[in-house]
Amino acid sequence: MALGAVLLAQTPRPGSYKVTIPNTTVSFEMVSIPAGEFQMAPGRKVRLDAFWMMAHEVTWDEYRLFMFATPGDKSVDAVSHPTRPYVEMSFGMGIEGFPAISMTQHAANKYAEWLSVKTGQFYRLPTEAEWEYACRAGTTDDPSELGDYAWYAANSGGKYQKVATKKPNPWGLFDMLGNVMEWTLDGYAPYQPGNETNPWVKGTGPYPHAVRGGSWNDAADKLTCAARVPSDPSWKQQDPQLPKSIWYMTDAQWLGFRLVRPSKVPTDAEKRRYWNNGVEHDEQ
Amino acid sequence: MKNEGTTPERRTFLKTAGAAVAAGFPGIISAQTVTNAIRVGMVGCGGRGSGAASQALAADDYAELTAAGDIDQGQIDQCLSSLKRISKTAGRVKVEADSQYVGLDAFQKVIDSKVDVVILATPPGFRPQHLAAAIGAGKHVFCEKPAGTDAPGVRSVLASTALAEQKNLSLMSGFCWRYNNMIQDTVQQVDSGAIGRVVAYYATYYTSPVKPIPPASTRPAGMSDVEWQIRNWYNFVWLCGDSLVEQAVHSADKIAWVMHDEPPVSCVAVGGRTIPAEGGNIYDHFEVNYIYPNGVRAFLANRQIVNCYNENSDYILGTDGTCTIGRGPQPRIEGKTNWTFSGQQYNMYQREHDVLFAAIRKNTPVNNGKRLATSTMLAIMGRMAAYTGQQVTWDQALNSQEKLVPDHVDWKGSLPVPPRAEPGVTKLG
Repeated sequence: MALGAVLLAQTPRPGSYKVTIPNTTVSFEMVSIPAGEFQMAPGRKVRLDAFWMMAHEVTWDEYRLFMFATPGDKSVDAVSHPTRPYVEMSFGMGIEGFPAISMTQHAANKYAEWLSVKTGQFYRLPTEAEWEYACRAGTTDDPSELGDYAWYAANSGGKYQKVATKKPNPWGLFDMLGNVMEWTLDGYAPYQPGNETNPWVKGTGPYPHAVRGGSWNDAADKLTCAARVPSDPSWKQQDPQLPKSIWYMTDAQWLGFRLVRPSKVPTDAEKRRYWNNGVEHDEQ
Repeated sequence: MKNEGTTPERRTFLKTAGAAVAAGFPGIISAQTVTNAIRVGMVGCGGRGSGAASQALAADDYAELTAAGDIDQGQIDQCLSSLKRISKTAGRVKVEADSQYVGLDAFQKVIDSKVDVVILATPPGFRPQHLAAAIGAGKHVFCEKPAGTDAPGVRSVLASTALAEQKNLSLMSGFCWRYNNMIQDTVQQVDSGAIGRVVAYYATYYTSPVKPIPPASTRPAGMSDVEWQIRNWYNFVWLCGDSLVEQAVHSADKIAWVMHDEPPVSCVAVGGRTIPAEGGNIYDHFEVNYIYPNGVRAFLANRQIVNCYNENSDYILGTDGTCTIGRGPQPRIEGKTNWTFSGQQYNMYQREHDVLFAAIRKNTPVNNGKRLATSTMLAIMGRMAAYTGQQVTWDQALNSQEKLVPDHVDWKGSLPVPPRAEPGVTKLG
């Protein structure tokens, strides 16, 4: 309580709020995440500034506005858009209210840029530390009743499920564990020893980046706030072309994302660094 | 044919190399015991040809790409630079400037450039001619699907397949699902009776348009008919075969697989076009109803229109259950038997090349040219039924004399586009 009071004094904690994407009826909720620190690994305490995080994974309702955007909206025409996929990218698992899947990290970054231009607020993928901090939500343990909180192999019926249909975590975030794995902003690398503030390991190439949370396809032991998965070229092995698409991970039907909005708005140059993250091409 | 003198010698060479490899795939050949290169030439350097070349190089530690042909130097350049970005195999991309061939005769120059394996990945209208030339010259071939766009082309592919067999050559088809372990396991379940007797097969291929043609007004002044058509090949029946033959043929091939590659008796079909054709002559939707000798029906539906319901699935209905492929990531069987694929799925494109290059190394040819031809014919037959509005038998289709691909294609030549087919008016050729 004392710590929270101090934090409130330092960083006015804004409340959670709802955003409707301009000129659409599609909306999402942002949950306010307090500044604070947590033990990310033995000997590694991480301190983070406050941010807002999407209460649920980005749904097809949201993502398809970007994926199938038609030219003419001058404000966002400059943001690069996914190529139109030949095949149906939900693979029959459902669209309305279901999480978007099978996008590359580049695509997720461009969605963040597109949404930022659309709404006038800065969005980006969470860093790995932000993601884990939000997943832990002030607790040290993962939920013991996993089935109450998460869709995973034992209860998913072999497919993803509608977002926010299980219980949220203590901070009001749904499906941090399970349903679809989530992209983070970080390259996958061994943790630096020692304590850090707002760490971000910027990727240097398209692989590997850190993915978190486990999915509908995973056993319970993969669904922990600390489990890390490195992205891999095999996630788009069904793409028959070379160069392979920079937009789709054809084989990663368990991979999605959610975005954060930092409380401190970065400079334009910093924003570009977040949105262009070494994944703009596909090298193996 | 020019290389007849050198090719058998090279194949003997490879055979000797193969003897050093007792078993397993070339990817795990240890150390330097084998240094004989397998020289690969590619015909068609687009996205798929480039992908196939990358898989060829990954399939064998001593495969090297030595020749490339296309109608466009820019496409060759892009292909080679993409291949050189794959660090593991970049050193075996050895296509010097004098082994890059541009033009409609590039295929022959690639074949004549002392290669052992040829990858055929141009628009499918050219495939029968290219395959005949490659097999005739004694080359092993990776041949993308579909095998052709008309019945004379399919018959030519059948003849090349027989010749490959006589010559002990490998001919690997690009019907990739046959090499997908997940679908192999699924078909095996169906074959072993998990859904009882198969009574019907419904396959969907509802997608967005593939390579839509730009407005005719954007055609550069002075560009010949032939060049315009080849650059927009997907939109012309003689080059692409129409969407049913170029794309949904994958579903036709899966139907054929479950039907044990026995041809249907006949089919009827509907189809047409609702979006502007911009001078092209393909349809944007088809639905074909095949009937097999035992009364089994197969339905194949495809559409390539934006903002419509999309789906690429297979529903195999049996007396004791249903097998579903493509609604959800894993195929499943529901009914008296309940089964879901739960293993690791391997890269089917890589697997095709692993099998091809292992066959070459071991001199145990793999040849799936026959089903490459017959699955292509299955789709062409559906197109014939849709275009004419008639019931079409397998024998009528396979023996059709309708020739869509001109004997001589001149890059600078004029080539009027036949009107889009009209059911009830268009005659079966």
